[in-house]
Amino acid sequence: MKNEETWELRLYIAGQTPKSVLALGNITNYCNEYLSGKYSIEVIDLLKSPQLAEGDQIFAIPTLVRKFPQPLRKIIGDLSNKEKVLVGLNIRVLKSGKD
Amino acid sequence: MDHDEPGVLMSFEESRSDLAKNVLSLGFDLEQLVQENKLRIDHVKIERSEIEETGEYDLDGLFIRLNHAIDSIGAKRVVLDTIESLFGGVENLGLLRSEIRRLFSWLKEKGVTTIITGERGGKTLTRQGLEEYVSDCVILLDFRVIDQIATRRLRIVKYRGSTHGTNEYPFLIDENGISVIPITSLKLDYRSSTDIVSTGIADLDNLFSKKGIYKGSSVLISGTAGTSKTILASCFAIASCKRKEKVLFFSFEESVNQLIRNMATIGMDMEPYLDDGSLTIHASRPSLQGLEMHLLVLHKLLKDIKPNTVVIDPISSLISVGNSSEVRSMLVRLIDVLKMNEINAILTSLTSEAGNNLKDDTIEVVSSLADTWIDVKNTPHEGRRKRSLNIIKSRGMGHYNDPMEFEIKDQGIVFDQQYK
Repeated sequence: MKNEETWELRLYIAGQTPKSVLALGNITNYCNEYLSGKYSIEVIDLLKSPQLAEGDQIFAIPTLVRKFPQPLRKIIGDLSNKEKVLVGLNIRVLKSGKD
Repeated sequence: MDHDEPGVLMSFEESRSDLAKNVLSLGFDLEQLVQENKLRIDHVKIERSEIEETGEYDLDGLFIRLNHAIDSIGAKRVVLDTIESLFGGVENLGLLRSEIRRLFSWLKEKGVTTIITGERGGKTLTRQGLEEYVSDCVILLDFRVIDQIATRRLRIVKYRGSTHGTNEYPFLIDENGISVIPITSLKLDYRSSTDIVSTGIADLDNLFSKKGIYKGSSVLISGTAGTSKTILASCFAIASCKRKEKVLFFSFEESVNQLIRNMATIGMDMEPYLDDGSLTIHASRPSLQGLEMHLLVLHKLLKDIKPNTVVIDPISSLISVGNSSEVRSMLVRLIDVLKMNEINAILTSLTSEAGNNLKDDTIEVVSSLADTWIDVKNTPHEGRRKRSLNIIKSRGMGHYNDPMEFEIKDQGIVFDQQYK
């Protein structure tokens, strides 16, 4: 897949809890590893802007939402299981397609 | 909302527009409440297919949404409908349980009243056993079908810090919302009036020592088919209308038009009273709904119309919708309700042709409750059938004891001889 499109990810957190920090660290690592240069992560702190929770149907924290590419995917938890995150985001498939 | 306390509805199953549409038919205008900032609806949609779980997480997102919704309108009440759908959305049930427990204690700390709905499970009250640790009050709703007639019932299972009725109470959902009535009989503490009202037939009035019946008493008219029970009952009704009172006529056998037409042929014109609103005829098939429903409908009409006289024609047809113990308890309550409100009750009852009519089911039940009992008969006499009427009892007054013969003429009921 030779696209130059940017992956749009959104991470919903609620304050700087250990889980949130861990999740952000994890997803940043994975993205750097597999999506280097073509991703953006928007971090939304629901403590500051609670009204945003309804839009993406957030109920658990932390939640990672893949806004693009479609379809929308959500991963809840601290993202510590790399395998699951990559499958969840479909990154592994893309990478193998590229090779 | 009646208490002017803003509320938040968090729906896990129905979307906001669906919900608004569905309850509109019950007389709740959700959209309007939303616009007045009295209600906030938050539809939480959880698509299992969209969600992967990795590692630790909590339900802070839900907390924050709820918190935001509560704070934005200063809500005092919260409804979570149905929180158990969360269980379908996530894998980690242990975590979910502890999170839900945290949610409830958090809601309590916030000082909001919360209503949680949950589906009933096989053995436990709710499928996921939530009620055990979260709630102060559990109300069990049930929709049961007995003899092909379904009745909604509710029962308060527990209520911390308060006494409550422990029975099952039937409830009714109609265009005005939900109404509940207590199932148990009230105490015998109603007031008894000493005022006398006319039966509508002067000759019949004369058979009672007080020249009429007590106001707010119940009159049972029993008889076999074609003994003019309905005519007698209609006389009462019209007499009441003439006194500028409100009358509620339950007709379980004849339609409104049929009743009016039939009464008009013997010179009893009900139409003007229908037109000026003093007479309300409620015609329905007894099997339309369960007994409880009939009682509820009656309750509602009593509240709406506030009649002085209620006619139920015939009460025996209600038997067809329930077993006799149910009918009995319903009739007891019915008469109680009418007495509480000092309403004249006219009940007609069809008895079987087979002679021994005093042992009939309804008769047995109602006769002990009725204050006045009039039995009408058709007796063969020299090849003709003679109509006669006999007052079997009338509490609190003397009455004529012999059968009185009467005829139905164009101008109504005419007694053959006068009581002196």
